[in-house]
Amino acid sequence: MKHMTRKATRHINQNENLIFEKSSPGKAAWKLPPLDVPEVDTAKLLGKSERKDLGNMPEVSEIEIIRHFTRLSTWNYAIDLGMYPLGSCTMKYNPRVNEFVSRVEGLANGHPYQPAKISQGAMRIMKTLSDCLIEITGMDAITLQPAAGAHGEFTGLLMVRAYHESKGNARKKILIPDSAHGTNPATAATVGYAVENLKSNDRGMVDVAALASQMNEDVAALMVTNPNTLGVFEQEIHKIADLMHAKGGLLYMDGANMNALVGKARPGDFGDDVMHLNLHKTFSTPHGGGGPGSGPVAIKKALEPFLPTPVVVTKSDGTMAFDYNRPQSVGRVRAFYGNFGMFIRALAYIFANGPDGLRQTTEDAVLNANYIRKGLEGTYDLPYSTPSMHEVVFSDKVQSKKGVKTMDLAKRLIDYGFHPYTTAFPLIVPGALMIEPTESEPKEELDLFIEAMKSIAEEVEEDPQFVLDAPHNTRISRLDETLAARKPVLRWKPESTSH
Amino acid sequence: MPYPIDRKYTREHEWITSDGTIGITQYAQESLGDIVFVDLPKIGTELTAGKTFGTVESVKAVSDLYAPASGTVTEANGELATSPEKVNKDAHGSWMVKIKLKDPGELNSLLSAADYEKFAGEEAGH
Repeated sequence: MKHMTRKATRHINQNENLIFEKSSPGKAAWKLPPLDVPEVDTAKLLGKSERKDLGNMPEVSEIEIIRHFTRLSTWNYAIDLGMYPLGSCTMKYNPRVNEFVSRVEGLANGHPYQPAKISQGAMRIMKTLSDCLIEITGMDAITLQPAAGAHGEFTGLLMVRAYHESKGNARKKILIPDSAHGTNPATAATVGYAVENLKSNDRGMVDVAALASQMNEDVAALMVTNPNTLGVFEQEIHKIADLMHAKGGLLYMDGANMNALVGKARPGDFGDDVMHLNLHKTFSTPHGGGGPGSGPVAIKKALEPFLPTPVVVTKSDGTMAFDYNRPQSVGRVRAFYGNFGMFIRALAYIFANGPDGLRQTTEDAVLNANYIRKGLEGTYDLPYSTPSMHEVVFSDKVQSKKGVKTMDLAKRLIDYGFHPYTTAFPLIVPGALMIEPTESEPKEELDLFIEAMKSIAEEVEEDPQFVLDAPHNTRISRLDETLAARKPVLRWKPESTSH
Repeated sequence: MPYPIDRKYTREHEWITSDGTIGITQYAQESLGDIVFVDLPKIGTELTAGKTFGTVESVKAVSDLYAPASGTVTEANGELATSPEKVNKDAHGSWMVKIKLKDPGELNSLLSAADYEKFAGEEAGH
């Protein structure tokens, strides 16, 4: 290793092959008790459908199974081991209190088919979470049904379309800034709208003059992420909302970056009409391989008739009920009531923090991003000098002069004991390094990260090839991503099929 | 001059020759990185100037292809289905589709090689 790192060291870990390769005939980790019911004749019952050959099922002992998965788990990088500079987009810390509350027996064993009479507690959780999210966003009503962010976008745009249809014209286009998440144009197209691109200005924000010239009665809505993917707050969001409303259009806010606003600014107050939240980002429910996600959609009063059914309501006697009688509804968008387990976790997070705690979370997320920005400014190119919110975007402009690109820097970062940051996004920054530390990281971890990034920049100056060949300290060094994409091998087959 | 003067260029980084042969530029292939998949329209498809007609997928991103001019597809380069890397090796020699131009006059409004080189340089310098 060129530069020593304080964060990580090499240590022995176990090699492990596929569980299919460990198999040997007759080994088992189970023993069934004697059959105490009459045996059935499967061939007679199933006829041709009876499966005689089970294929290659691994036959292994119990400790081999335990070791297999434990060994694999030690190869992993996890948020419980260290910082994910990918931030809330992929993985942020999930406080344990969320998990504790979600495992309370009555909640963990509840079933959506239970009658409303014995589901009052679960329904109250949904109503309380709804009320909290409405308060946090400054909106008027909400649906918790969508399964994640893009599904929330889809549900939001269905309501936008239903709103315009109710006025006699569904309209044709959705405007989307060039800094948007890729899901925004995909959603608009799925809902049947044409997508029109909106250029950003030189400060990385929506170009209000361009919006004014592109806005007309054919435009159903503008989808804007605020703060946007550069981590920049749209400072003219009021003007943007006024421009949309003047021509009868709606403002959709992608709430993926709401963790930069909670307790500080409310989209409902700055003119937003529809927005989705990602409980698995802002409200710390599991993400990535864990999940599932949850993408509630909050709306202004004018869109309330179009909410998906059912809606949780409080009856005059104080009990909870589901309201299905909503003739203008866009319909159900998810089986049952959404990912209920995530509602519990998000509500636990909101209650555990309280209003002041949530506000501090936002401040810490912004502080951490700006600490990194200050630490690495001058080492890495900062394409937009507009103040950063919860994330900071650098570019590889300086390092690429030596032939080292953002992806190479990210690969080298693995050697320093960190997960890579987001590479090559947002698209408006060539060679982007997008870094979001989140609110949970202590200063000590941020210092190690800054030290690692500075050290890599020095390595680029001294020996660019060494960085181009990274990672060096991992089990497997640089993988051929291009070959994997061009000629994917999607299925493992035993080398010898004789056994 | 890295950009051949026998053709015209768009701000969306496509090139087109006077007989309606279309491809992407050297700058485009460089920005995209290793191309792994090219999705092209069928013969007979009507292209409209400025609208998308296909996609290029690289290890980094999927990008739309925009028609430099309107016309009907007469040929699509099937070779790119199995060897998309040809675009990386020789962007200006690897055509994607050939079209029968609806109005050859549309090419007049496109960029010359010199203007495109300047435009691409500004974009890269951002």
